[in-house]
Amino acid sequence: MKNEWPLWEVFIRGQHGLAHRHVGSLHAPDAEMAIKNARDVYTRRNEGVSIWVVEARHIAATAPGEKGPLFEPSESKVYRHPTFFDIPEEVGHM
Amino acid sequence: MAEVDNTALLQFLLRTGDNTLILGHRVSEWCGHAPILEEDIALANTALDLIGQTQLWLGYAAEVQGMGKSADDLAFLRDVWDFRNVLLVELPNGDFGQTLMRQFLFDAWHSIMLPRLAKGTDERVREIAQKAVKEVSYHVERSADTVVGLGDGTEESHARMQAALDYLYPYVGELFESDEVDAAMVDAGIAPDPASLRDEYDALVGRVMEKATLTVPDGSFAHKGGRTGRMHTEHLGHLVSSMQWLQRAYPGSEW
Repeated sequence: MKNEWPLWEVFIRGQHGLAHRHVGSLHAPDAEMAIKNARDVYTRRNEGVSIWVVEARHIAATAPGEKGPLFEPSESKVYRHPTFFDIPEEVGHM
Repeated sequence: MAEVDNTALLQFLLRTGDNTLILGHRVSEWCGHAPILEEDIALANTALDLIGQTQLWLGYAAEVQGMGKSADDLAFLRDVWDFRNVLLVELPNGDFGQTLMRQFLFDAWHSIMLPRLAKGTDERVREIAQKAVKEVSYHVERSADTVVGLGDGTEESHARMQAALDYLYPYVGELFESDEVDAAMVDAGIAPDPASLRDEYDALVGRVMEKATLTVPDGSFAHKGGRTGRMHTEHLGHLVSSMQWLQRAYPGSEW
């Protein structure tokens, strides 16, 4: 039997209107306690207005070994950045 | 509403502030020792909330006393027999389950008392209670969840929680004692009669213990004497001597 509590990833929204950001992880027996633990571990200095937790095993992730095929092809495609347009002066700061 | 007598108000404030001081110190003893990191931080947060409330209660007590003392003076320069906390909060931590059971039995009472104080006639009491009630709503939610989790957990955790409840329950009755200080608070509209909170408390504790599959002991015997100052348990002296050690060894030391 495994005695260790599952690992949870914690996401905190710092202010209304901002997206939740990953802030770290913690152990907890269930989702409710994970939220309570997140409140105690990650929001004691007024960091948040909302907390999400998700059990780490539910996160599907890219494998570090595949970073070549996944990411390298985009390194040489500068034309995918919209830097080739002449912006009219009147537009001002974008 | 009757004008409040300062002697009674002082006693009331000492009782309220000493409860949070002594429990806050007890809980802080877990710092760095809790079974897992997350619980360690959560307990330290609870302890800090209680110490923060203490500063306000004892700060007001010192003003009412009118002898130029501060909250620190009251916390660190009184001797054991001057403390007015209920016996429940000075009892030793025991194992983690016993600590959380004590916390829940106190939080449940605290969460019922504070909303009443927050609607009383004394502005300062009201303000302190309004601030504290938000912290305590969280404390009671957390301690109740842990009592349920451990009570309705493994065979061993269940047995430990039942033992903790059996040991601590005879100390619950003191929270609902009434004397002339309480009568003066009721007359002035500052605080409710503690005895009037018992039904709500029993209902809350009953609900949580049922979910936790724990049995609330029969019997109405209550250990008491802490809040009147008649007696404390042998445990308070040790707590006070470690809590006050620095001020005793280096009087007036500041940093």
